[in-house]
Amino acid sequence: MIALFTPSPTDPERLVPPSGITAQLTAFAAGAMAFLAVFALALMFATNRVADRWSAELAQTATIRVSAPAPQMAEQVQSVLTILGQTPGVASARAMGDDEQRALLAPWFGPDLPVEVLPIPRLIEVVEDSTGIDAEGLRLRLRAEVPGAVLDDHGRWRRPLIEAAERLRTLGVLSIALIALTMAAMVTLAASASLSANGKVIAVLRLVGARDSYVIRAFVRRFMLRALAGASVGTVFAMAAIAVFPDSGRDTGFLTGLGFRGLEWFVPLLIPPVAAMVAFWATRIAAARKLREIR
Amino acid sequence: MIELSGVGYSYGDSRLFGDITLSLAPGAFHFLTGPSGAGKTTLLKLCYLELAPDEGQIDIFGKDAAALNRDDIAKARQRIGVVHQDCQFIDHMPLAENIMLPLRVAGRDHAAEQNNLRDLMAWVGLGDKADALPPELSGGERQRAALARAVIMSPDVILADEPTGNVDWDMSLRLLTLLVELNRMGKSVLLATHDLALIRQAKAQVPARVLRLRDRVLQQAGSDL
Repeated sequence: MIALFTPSPTDPERLVPPSGITAQLTAFAAGAMAFLAVFALALMFATNRVADRWSAELAQTATIRVSAPAPQMAEQVQSVLTILGQTPGVASARAMGDDEQRALLAPWFGPDLPVEVLPIPRLIEVVEDSTGIDAEGLRLRLRAEVPGAVLDDHGRWRRPLIEAAERLRTLGVLSIALIALTMAAMVTLAASASLSANGKVIAVLRLVGARDSYVIRAFVRRFMLRALAGASVGTVFAMAAIAVFPDSGRDTGFLTGLGFRGLEWFVPLLIPPVAAMVAFWATRIAAARKLREIR
Repeated sequence: MIELSGVGYSYGDSRLFGDITLSLAPGAFHFLTGPSGAGKTTLLKLCYLELAPDEGQIDIFGKDAAALNRDDIAKARQRIGVVHQDCQFIDHMPLAENIMLPLRVAGRDHAAEQNNLRDLMAWVGLGDKADALPPELSGGERQRAALARAVIMSPDVILADEPTGNVDWDMSLRLLTLLVELNRMGKSVLLATHDLALIRQAKAQVPARVLRLRDRVLQQAGSDL
């Protein structure tokens, strides 16, 4: 394939008429597909980042709900805090105050809920360190020592988020694969049209003793270079569009987080060579099929 | 070099000819004549393997053509110079490049063949047409160019289908002389033509065999020529 970039004196490319509508169509299709592929990549990376952040934020915190008769509540809460103080992976733990609990319940019961006189469970917020806690072990210990304490490690919130992120990632990969296939189909159509229009050239080449590989090379090189040029332009435009996309920092929403960060900027640069490779194989297959019609 | 044994060919249900036996030995000069539609062009196409026979066997340079793959066929064609009746060229390329096309396809350094090309183009009367595009040429000029392209590789066999059909008598004689010269160098020539005067002229210069394709069979022509 490398040889296709280095023309030789016997290079067959000039045997095919210089240009035509198929040339422009191939370059345009490659450019448009590359543009879309860059956006699909950006969307995939943004999805990954948001999902990772949500997942990490939920993964690093846990809540313990302590239910006990009012006279025993303070003692039970203290027992839980003591246990947490001895539990590996716990960075900090604190019991929520009445005001915080009232604020949490305000959306449902209004701001004046008398939480101090109601038998409402007390919440303890646990922040994990980077190693994380052994949730199952902690749960068993709490059950044994403080039966009214229940650990919620946010697993039921985290699981659907991780699943959604994985599906979004799969959709991103699928989109890029579909874009590649669409480009292959367009290049195949353009190459087939060009091969049909140049049936006479192929017949002359076969008549004077050209091998199939020689004829194929005449077309493949041209379509591959067109796809490479079109995809390069499309990629540059898309990357420029993404570079000027509004970004309000790390903690912003999904849409404003669309783009590439750090080394991710190098990934779209793979699109033009991949487009060239897709064009290479699409043209090769179309040319081989056309040649079977001529002896 | 090319041998046809019991070869038959049909277009659909219509049988064109059958049981054709022909041997193009080194140095042989054959004329192929016969009425229009008798199958002269088809017979030539069978010889350079553009068509495959319905029956019989074709041996080309010592190999059974039926056993050749596409690359083998291409390789065999590099040893055969073909002049088509409709003289196909690559229209966007100058005439000189069209004539050198067999060299280019064979991967030969066509820059080193510039002198040969110049002589050859002058010989066929196209010395001043090197940069012309094929559509700019007259029918006769195209035929001469096709002959030049057919012989530039100095092929072992030359198959020509009515190569003098669109040229005047003087040019016909020059082309015939070129073919006779090549034949004297050991090349085998099969020339399909209607031109009986040209055949008589050739027979005066070279021991040519005249074959007539008529009524679906190939016969040796007699003294009527």
